[in-house]
Parts: sequence; C-alpha cells; structure tokens
Amino acid sequence: MTIKYTPDHEWLSVDGDTATVGITHHAQDALGDVVFVDLPEVGAAIDAKAVAGVVESVKAAADVYMPVTGTITEVNEALRADPSLANSDPLGSGWFFKVKLSAPAELDALMDETSYTAFSAAA
Amino acid sequence: MSTTDTALLTTPLNALHIELGARMVPFAGYSMPVQYPAGLMAEHHHTRKAAGLFDVSHMGQLRLVGPDAAAAFESLMPVDVIDLPVGKQRYGLLLTEEGTIIDDLMFFNKGNGEIFVIVNGACKVGDIAHIQSKIGSRCQVIPMPEMALLALQGPQAVTALSRLAPGVEKLVFMTGGNFTVNTGTQKIDVFLTRSGYTGEDGFEISVHNDHAEALARALLAQPEVKPIGLGARNSLRLEAGLCLYGNDIDTTTNPVEASLNWAMQKVRRAGGAREGGFPGATKILAALADSTGAGAPKGTRKRIGLIALERIPVRDHTELQDGAGNKIGEVTSGLLGPTIDKPVAMGYVDTAFSTLGTQVVAIVRGKPVPMEVSAMPFVPTRYYRG
Repeated sequence: MTIKYTPDHEWLSVDGDTATVGITHHAQDALGDVVFVDLPEVGAAIDAKAVAGVVESVKAAADVYMPVTGTITEVNEALRADPSLANSDPLGSGWFFKVKLSAPAELDALMDETSYTAFSAAA
Repeated sequence: MSTTDTALLTTPLNALHIELGARMVPFAGYSMPVQYPAGLMAEHHHTRKAAGLFDVSHMGQLRLVGPDAAAAFESLMPVDVIDLPVGKQRYGLLLTEEGTIIDDLMFFNKGNGEIFVIVNGACKVGDIAHIQSKIGSRCQVIPMPEMALLALQGPQAVTALSRLAPGVEKLVFMTGGNFTVNTGTQKIDVFLTRSGYTGEDGFEISVHNDHAEALARALLAQPEVKPIGLGARNSLRLEAGLCLYGNDIDTTTNPVEASLNWAMQKVRRAGGAREGGFPGATKILAALADSTGAGAPKGTRKRIGLIALERIPVRDHTELQDGAGNKIGEVTSGLLGPTIDKPVAMGYVDTAFSTLGTQVVAIVRGKPVPMEVSAMPFVPTRYYRG
C-alpha cells in the first residue's frame, strides 16, 4: 500500500486500482475543529483537481479536491455523522471517500511522504 | 481591510500568547490569537461553563473630558448620554450624516465630566478622528494607547476575579469602577466594567500596558480560567445575538434596519425631550416611525436571526431566497453554534420575511438549505443583574 499526498493537503492510500482519500494532519490542524463535511455521491465520476467535497470548521470552509481522476465507490458515513473524526484520526477513521482510479499514472505526479512533509512544513 | 503592506501591531500580551501556543492571525491591524491549542470548540464550551480570558487590547479606549462632554458626545449618537448615571455603562452608535453606522461602542460615565469609551479596533483611528473633528472643541478627546483591555467571561468569571479583586462581585451588569487586583506579588490598579461580548456574565478590564501581562498571568493562574482566542469570541458573540461591526453593521446599514431600536432611548426619539439632534436624525426618526407604525414600507430590510433546519453551516455572504427562488437578502454572519449545536446566522432580509418562524432558503454551494427566522439570542444570556 502506497500513501501519496497532494499540494491541497489531501492524502490517498492506494490499494490496487482503488484509493482511499482523506485530509492530512496538517490540513485538519489548520482548519481547526471540523463540524461539517460534504461528501460526493457514490458512483460519481470526477476529474482530478475538481471539487469532490467540502470540509468546514467553525471558522472556515475548504474544498476537498479529487486527487486523481476516478469514480467514487464509497463514502465515509461515519465521518458524515461525526465530522470530528477528521481531527481525531485524519489518516484513519477520518477518511472521506474511496475512488476507483481511471488513470493510475496520475499517482506519479503526487508527493510521497518525505516530499509532503517538507512541503507542509514550508506552507 | 488590508494589512499586507503594513507591519502588524502587537498587544502587550503578544509574548504570552506565543508562550501559550496560540495561533496568531492578523486582525484589525494586530497580530492576535485566533485560538490556543485547546481549539475553538473547547474554548467556546469552557467560556460557557467556567471562565475564559480574552485579549481585546486591539480595541480603542479613549476618554472624553470636560463639563460639556456628555452633551457633546450625545450630538454624535441617537442615544441618551446625558442622563446616564455615574458608574453606569451603555451601548452607543456613531452615525454618518446619512444615519448609517460608523461604529458601535460602549461608553461609561465616570463622573466629574469624564466619559470612558471603548470602540472597535478596526475603526479606532477613524472614530477618534471623527470624534475629535466633531466635538474636539467642546471637550478633550484623549486616546488611551497606553492601556490594554482584557475580558474575563463566563459563569465563574466573578469567582475567579473576586478572589483577586474583592468587591467586583457587587457590581451588576453594565456598571463598573476602579479596583485593585492583588496578584499575590503586586497590586495592579484597573478600571473594569461588568459587561462583555459573549452573552455570559463577566468583566472587561482596562489595565496599563505595563501591567497587562502580570494581570493576565494572575487570572490564568485561577483554576476556572483558560485563554480564549478570537475564533471562540466570534462564535460566542453570534450565539448571543450580538453584532460584529464590519459584518452585521457598517456604513451601509442604519440602526433601524439593524434591529438596534433598543439602543435608541425614547428621549432622543420623536416626542422625546431631546428629540433628534444627531447625524442622520431626519432619516432615522422617519425609519423609526415606519418600523413602529402600521408596518414597514416595502423595500426596507431588517436584521434577523436564522437557524438552519439541516445540519449545514451557512456562512457570511450566503444568498437568502424566498421559496420561489427570488433573492430576499443575505447572511452577514453564520456558523455552527457550538452551544446550541445548530447552524445559526444573522443576516438581512426584506422586512416582509422578517417575522419569527418565517422559512427562507439559503443557497449554499448552489444547494438550497431551509432556514427559519428565529429569535436572538440563540443561547440565553446570563448577565448578572443582581
């Protein structure tokens, strides 16, 4: 399993032709207490870099971008019911949605953990 | 307001904020703590259940001094200044010649021809220039940049503060006076009022810059008290139904539209002993007559509270529509209220839609979210009235 990161502070964990997507620890820390998430429809085909969802804290709202082109196969209903999972466990139970990759080669353009750590430290 | 090409100012508590791990943001030209490590939600809840300490030193403090100060200040506001008893505080509004709002403020009658005024940080330079130019010949207008301002808010604020400054517990809401805070190692003179911006009991404490950090540390050493950032200050004040200048009121809104009729005492209204005589009086008195008469004229708008009927936050500048898709107004402040645990907002709607219980539609990212016009405050206030 490979973890990749976007410049918009999403992570994706790739398992075969499916990836699980969430927001990074840095993203949830910058947002503060998450109180609402808007998740995509299961079955929606969404292009890379298009808006796939929304995450809101009391003080701010941010779009969640599609890291790669694909079709939504599952969304995290537990996160919809308890948005604070995005803060307490952003890389685990706070995941947002799963996507079936249409163009796995897009993964090559994303950052690995070392690159992302350096990127988010500079952000 | 742009702060990009000017260096940010800091308050006397800047080093303490950083030591406490605050996230600092630009606000009103200052670097201010938006939250501490506990986070906005925890800070909000702590203030409602115990006591929160806020640094509001960015706000403007000034004194108006002279035998004519009250009459002079009253000429700038649709408010009764002259009859405010010594030792009491009141809410005021500076108005343009059009009757729109330059700033909202708190003023306190210190006696002996001295009025103490607190104005918004982002407006203070303009306010002081305005006051100076309008009434500077009638009284002394003395800015107080040497003073910091701390707010201690919450149901246990009185317990914490009275431990260090016995006597403050006797004050009731919107009164105040000079007190000495004994930190254990030093005695600090302060001027404080029993008031605030959270809907809770609490105090606002004016203290010399040189003693602000010692005072803050002494208050934070009390078991009830934690530091609270501007983020929670905003969610607390919105739940309390209090306006934020720049969001909910500004120079495009007048006090009648802003549902601030309560701030304009009878003595300044039509038929009152000191009717009119403030900037924009003709327009304001006409608007007041309309709003309290048989029904507001078509085309006017009113500030109202809104609660969303779905759990979707509705933010500032969200368009409001009627059921038929016609634009009827806009949200000016909105967030998920941590205590009420619902999305709450205030905004302006056409007066035809301002009755409590009216359903309107907020358009959030293109999707309709039903909202109901609701009474404010959203969370009952707990001011101490004796």
